[in-house]
Amino acid sequence: MMIEVSNLTKRYAGNTAVSDLSFTVNRGEIVGLLGPNGAGKSTTMRILSCFIPATSGTARVAGLDVFTQANEVRRSIGYMPENNPLHDDMRVREYLKFRARLKGLGLSRSRQRVDAVIAQCGLNDVSKRIVGQLSKGYRQRVGLADALVHEPQLIILDEPTIGLDPSQIRVVRQLIKELGTHHTVLISSHILPEVEMTCNRVMIMRDGRILASDTPENLEKSMGRTGHIIAEIAAPLEDLQACWESMAEVAHFNIAPCEGDYHRCSLTAVGGQDLRPKIFDAVRDRNWKLRELFRLRHSLEDVYIRLTRPESEEETR
Amino acid sequence: MQAYITLTRRELGTFFYSWIGYVVIAGAVFLTGLSFVILLRQLQAEPTPMPITEIFLSLCYWLIVLFSAPIITMRLFAQEKYSGTFETLMTTPVSDIAVVVAKFSAAIIFYMIMWLPLLICILVLKYFSRGSNMLDPGTLGSTFLGIFLVGILYMSIGCFASALTKNQIVAAMISFAIGLAFFFASYLNEPLAPQKSWEVEALNTVCILEQMKDFARGVVDTRYIAFYVTACVFFLFLTYRVIESRRWK
Repeated sequence: MMIEVSNLTKRYAGNTAVSDLSFTVNRGEIVGLLGPNGAGKSTTMRILSCFIPATSGTARVAGLDVFTQANEVRRSIGYMPENNPLHDDMRVREYLKFRARLKGLGLSRSRQRVDAVIAQCGLNDVSKRIVGQLSKGYRQRVGLADALVHEPQLIILDEPTIGLDPSQIRVVRQLIKELGTHHTVLISSHILPEVEMTCNRVMIMRDGRILASDTPENLEKSMGRTGHIIAEIAAPLEDLQACWESMAEVAHFNIAPCEGDYHRCSLTAVGGQDLRPKIFDAVRDRNWKLRELFRLRHSLEDVYIRLTRPESEEETR
Repeated sequence: MQAYITLTRRELGTFFYSWIGYVVIAGAVFLTGLSFVILLRQLQAEPTPMPITEIFLSLCYWLIVLFSAPIITMRLFAQEKYSGTFETLMTTPVSDIAVVVAKFSAAIIFYMIMWLPLLICILVLKYFSRGSNMLDPGTLGSTFLGIFLVGILYMSIGCFASALTKNQIVAAMISFAIGLAFFFASYLNEPLAPQKSWEVEALNTVCILEQMKDFARGVVDTRYIAFYVTACVFFLFLTYRVIESRRWK
């Protein structure tokens, strides 16, 4: 077990940031913390990285208590805070060397590790540049290199791709995926596709609590199946209407013309059943042309929106 | 220990990465040089029985201390808190005490570097005065001991002020205000001077102006040393408590 959190609570002057939080993360997992702003993601990460203590409850990282064995825990964690603060006046290699020495690495070991992380994070071209002059994408890589330099068992990244452009996001995401082969990774994010693509497990937080924790696929399944089908068929409008009306399983349909002879039909099945084989049979029997047929699925976004919707909004619905 | 040395080197380096270090040194050199010129003119006009270190320090010394201390120290914690690097620093396996002592050490080392031009002025004077014994190494040593002791007091005040806030300007103002309070406290006992009471004794203890005069005269009083060291430890302890306060706030 890499992280064991039980009944963790953090109160700031009168307001509760994290409330009775319990979860575990296994070695080698990449876990994503998802949630709206103020859900308690950053607070949880700050407690795990020994920056602030919790009001009550316990947290253990690699079997060590974050309150009583803080220095040992810090040695086994690589932490990149939100917005990735760096010393802008230093050069990249110099900064990483400084951080390595601060984390207790010996002289030759720190040189060796700095070279390794510079290569790993693709910083070779900029290793002599001043950090303050780097682009946001490179800064993020410097932050990642810093988190990795002392070979931690656990890497905690708070919103690692915030403010990056799509190509930079892709690079950072690829780096995080590679990290997962050697380290346990805990990342927080608002960006759903990112979590969907990089994480083995997603924990959705709101108001300091975990609302759901499962693989992205299982979370999607938990929303239940939808009976919405989209089909694009080349056939006369009247024939299509007649066909759907005659099909007992179709509860509701809608037809819109597409380019050429094609019509885009969106169909809702009775009881959420899968209509695709039936539609295919009908098209084949009538010798129509079919160019698209798919069932709409719930995305992680639907799960996220449903779970993180404020309670007041739910009540009014 | 490794973390302490790494951090002190980094902090000391920061003074020279930015303009601030050079500007402070340039200001101090200008004022020291000005004192030197005034001193030479005085010596040309009439001979004086006072040690030249005492005359030197009666001119621009306090101006340099009062203004340089806030500028040297304002950045130490406030900048890190403002930019967020405080969080990355405090999540490395370095104790809070090591962080406070390292930043203080860097500030005091820089402060002493700032006073090196004074040593050069005095040596120039010694060279041209050809063997007269107006400058004995003991007086010079005690002068620099005095400069160092006032330095540790003002640097620890600066550390404390910088730890209180994210804003460097606010940090500098707090540090300047406390520093100025200590400076003016030296004038408080003047009206009371002839009386013998505990108030006078207490005010004499914090009378840094008189103490500095004694140091420049070559008088080293252990009571003064005890005062500066305890005051410095006190302010560093306060700094440590402020840094630590994130744990119980």
